[in-house]
Amino acid sequence: MIPAAVVLLYLCVVLYIGIFAFRKSEARGKAEDYFLASRSLGPLVFLLSLFGTNMTAFTILGSSGHSFHNGIVTFGLMASSSAVVIPLTLFFIGTRVWAVGKKYGHMTPVQIFRDRWECGHIGTIIFLVQALLLMPYIIIGVMGGGTALQAISGGFVPYWFGGGLVAIVVMSYVFFGGMRGTAWVNTFQTVLFLTFGTTAVLVVGAGMGGFSTAMNDILQSPSLAPLLTRERVNPAYFFSYMFIPLSSIAFPHVCIFCLTARRMTQFKKTVIYYPLCILAIWLPSVYLGVAANHVADVPEIRQKIEARQILASQGAQLPDEERSRVRAQMASDDVILLLLGKYAPVWLAGLLGAGIMAAVMASDSQILALSTMFTEDVFAYYGGKARFGEAAQVATGRLFVIAFTLVAYIVALQAPARIFELAVQYGFSGYAALSPLLIAALYWKRSTKWGAAASTIWTACAVAAVAWFQASVPAPVGPPTVVWSIGGFELLSRTAGGTSVLGGFQPVVPMTLISALLMVVVSLMTKKPSEATIARYFPQ
Amino acid sequence: MKGLLLALIVTVFVLLHQDFWFWRTAHPLVFGFLPIGIFYHACYAVGASLLMWLLVRFAWPSHLEKDAEKEEPVKAACAEGHR
Repeated sequence: MIPAAVVLLYLCVVLYIGIFAFRKSEARGKAEDYFLASRSLGPLVFLLSLFGTNMTAFTILGSSGHSFHNGIVTFGLMASSSAVVIPLTLFFIGTRVWAVGKKYGHMTPVQIFRDRWECGHIGTIIFLVQALLLMPYIIIGVMGGGTALQAISGGFVPYWFGGGLVAIVVMSYVFFGGMRGTAWVNTFQTVLFLTFGTTAVLVVGAGMGGFSTAMNDILQSPSLAPLLTRERVNPAYFFSYMFIPLSSIAFPHVCIFCLTARRMTQFKKTVIYYPLCILAIWLPSVYLGVAANHVADVPEIRQKIEARQILASQGAQLPDEERSRVRAQMASDDVILLLLGKYAPVWLAGLLGAGIMAAVMASDSQILALSTMFTEDVFAYYGGKARFGEAAQVATGRLFVIAFTLVAYIVALQAPARIFELAVQYGFSGYAALSPLLIAALYWKRSTKWGAAASTIWTACAVAAVAWFQASVPAPVGPPTVVWSIGGFELLSRTAGGTSVLGGFQPVVPMTLISALLMVVVSLMTKKPSEATIARYFPQ
Repeated sequence: MKGLLLALIVTVFVLLHQDFWFWRTAHPLVFGFLPIGIFYHACYAVGASLLMWLLVRFAWPSHLEKDAEKEEPVKAACAEGHR
C-alpha cells in the first residue's frame, strides 16, 4: 500500500506542475504558446525534457526485461546506438529544424515539408502516416500506466483504474499546460528516473552482497553464461539497430520539441550530455535485468527462468496453447519491480515506483504532438483558423487532447497489449524510414514533393507488409522459418522476435535505404520547387 | 579539410559500435563485475559525448542562428495555406 500511496502523491505533484506551468504563462490563448511554449525553453529544461520525451515505458521496465532473457546485448542494441545516433541527428537535423521553424514560424514537420516542397495534399498524406504510426505509442502508454500501478500496489489498484488515473493526469496537464506544462513535467520526471537508476543499482547491489558473486555464478552456468556475451546474436541483427535511432528525430513529438528552444545554442549542451543521460538510465536497467538471473530465490523470477528453459528444450514439441502459456510465464517486464520488492525497503520501493511511473508516463508529449499536428496541419491548413480565429484553434487542440485520450483509454481496456507492442515495434522502423524526408528537405536542394510522397507511401506499405507477414507466419520456437531464399541465401525469414531479411538484417535496414533511394530517384525524375523557395531554404 | 577530418572521425566512431572483437567473451570482468562487452559500450556512450563536444567545438553551424534571427515578415504560406 505504501508504494502505491507514494506513487499517487507523485501523480498529484505532476498534476500541480502542469497546471502551475499554465498559470505562469503570460501568452495564454496564443497557439505558439500552447503548442510550443512560445519557443522559450531554457537549456536545462530543454535537455532534460527532450531526453524524457525520448524515453518510454520500455526504458526501465522493457530494457531490464529484455536483458533478463537476452543479456548484455540489450545495451549495445538500444542504448549505445542511441547514444551516438540521436545526438548526431539533433546536431545535424534538429538545429536546422529549429532554424527554419524560427525563421518561418513553422510549428510542425508537415508545415516545413509543405513550405519547402510547395505542396499541400502530399503534406496531408505525410500527416496521416505520421499520425497512424504514433497512435500505438499513446495507447501503450495508457496500458503501461495501468500495468505499472497494478504491479507497484501489489494488485491493490486494478488495471482499469490505474490506466484511467494515469490517462486523466496526463490529459489534465497537457490540456492546461500545453507544451510548457509537458516540458516541465518531463523535466521533473527525467530527474526522477535518472535518480532511479543509480539508487536501484545501489540498493539491489547491497542486497545481493555485491555483483561480483552474481556475475561469476552466471559465468559458471552453461545456460546463463551466454547472457554475458553476444555469441547468440547475429552481427547483422546487431548492426540493424544503428538504424532504429534515426526514428527519433522523425517522430513528430521530438521534431516539434526541437522548435521550443529559446536559442539554438541550447542544442550544444543537449547533444553533449544526451549520451551520458542514456548511460545513466540504461546501464543500471540492463545490468539489473541480467543480474536478476542470479536471484532464483524469488519464486516469480525462478518461474521465468524455468519457462525459458522449457521453451528452449521442448518448445517445438509443445502444443500451441501450452507454448503460449509458457511464453506468458516468461514475460519479464516486471523483473526490476521484483528485485526492488525483494531488496528495497517499502518507502524506497515507493519512490522507485514513482521513478518507474515517470518513465511509463511518456505519452504526454506524443498526445500534444498529435494535437499540434491536427490543429496546425489539418484545422488551420484547411481554413479553420482563418474562419474561427486563434482562440478556437487552441480550444480545438485542447478538445483533441480530451477526445484522443478517451479513445486511447477505451482501446487500452479492450485490446490485448501484444498488438500494440508489435505496432510500436513497426513504428520505430516506420519513423526511421521517414527520416530521409527531413534530411532531404534540409540538405538537398533538388529534392521534390514527389520524392517525399514516394518515400512516405513506401514506408506505409512496408510497415503494413511486415505487419501482415508477422501475422501470417507464426513465430518459430527454435531457428528462424525461412520463407524465401535464393541459392541457400536467406532473403526473408520469420524469427521468434520478428522478421529477418537479407541474411539476418532487420526490416528497418532495407526500409530506410529504399526510402532514401526513392527520395533520390523520384526527385531527380520530377520538377524541383521554385528557385525562390530553394533560395529561402539555402541562402547563399 | 577540417570538415573532412570530422566526417572521418564520425564515420570511424559509428563503425566502432560493431565491436566484433568482444563478441564471444565476457572476460575480463572490469572492476570484478562488468563483462567487457557492456563495459566497452558504456565507454562508447562516454565517447559519444566527447564526439559531440568535438562537433560543437569545431563544426557548430552558428550561421543558422544568425540567419534565423532575421525573421521573415510573412509566415510561410503553407501554415494556413489551402487556397
